[in-house]
Amino acid sequence: MPKVKSLEDLNKLRQQAQQDLKVREKAGTQIIIGMGTCGIAAGARETLHAILDELARRELAANVTTVGCIGMCTEEPLVDIVQPGQDRITYGHLTADRVARLVEEHLVNGRVVREWVVGQIAPSGN
Amino acid sequence: MRELALHLLDVAQNALEAGATRLAIEIEEDLAADRLTISVVDNGRGMDAELLAKVRDPFTTTRTTRRVGLGIPLLTAAAERCNGKVEIASQPGQGTAVMATFQHSHIDRAPLGDVAGTLVTAILAKPELELTYRHRVGEREFVFSAAELREQLGDVPLNLGPVIQWVREYLSENIAALYETDETNASPTSNVESQDE
Repeated sequence: MPKVKSLEDLNKLRQQAQQDLKVREKAGTQIIIGMGTCGIAAGARETLHAILDELARRELAANVTTVGCIGMCTEEPLVDIVQPGQDRITYGHLTADRVARLVEEHLVNGRVVREWVVGQIAPSGN
Repeated sequence: MRELALHLLDVAQNALEAGATRLAIEIEEDLAADRLTISVVDNGRGMDAELLAKVRDPFTTTRTTRRVGLGIPLLTAAAERCNGKVEIASQPGQGTAVMATFQHSHIDRAPLGDVAGTLVTAILAKPELELTYRHRVGEREFVFSAAELREQLGDVPLNLGPVIQWVREYLSENIAALYETDETNASPTSNVESQDE
């Protein structure tokens, strides 16, 4: 039987995590997932976990968080990507199976996946 | 919703939108009484008697001001299908307590599902949240507190990639251990082969 993780194991993670923190602060990518009733029912929690897995697999740093319903319930799951100096992009119907391509195109190659975009907002201050 | 954990996430998300800084989640699986109870207690802004009376109405949406849309009616329907009910107590400025009960063995009861995934999602929604989780299955119990993790982590935030992945595995493993049968805990000596041939 595999040993169940204990809180002590967490200490080992700490140093590695502190390094990560510096990278993330520099990168400044924010990923926001709609987690209202509508989002949850459409699979937003699975999308969120697929994003976490994909970021971990590619060793990418991003700040992943959630937001409530913003009123585009029919487009859920909704995922926003915010990067400094770039337009804020809102993707619709972003189910878990689309996450790998999203991360590769948008975060790695810096190309917006046009066919999934449902909203785009210019960065504030322009 | 296909999992009770998704209903749980919905209620937790309501609590966060109500400005909760503390969230206590409990799941009790009382197998002897054939009862499953999920309770979520928050210290958010709460609801007055008027809103509380309307909260089960699917056409009451208070989205921009407070909390609750379709979530509570969906949960109520799920509980009532399984000889259970949903009770909500709330006090403006104090917080809200939601308790859902189900007949544990009811054929229509959705599985609990990915509770670890739900807890991790709540942590990501608000990394500074004072989240506690207690899960009992018969005589076994697992207790989790985000504050305890923070103590170990110092200035490293809970929402950092490798940390949150670790938390997810930690929660999944400990919750799964609640359901392990006794055979998997059998003493290792039972595997020793006889050496006298």
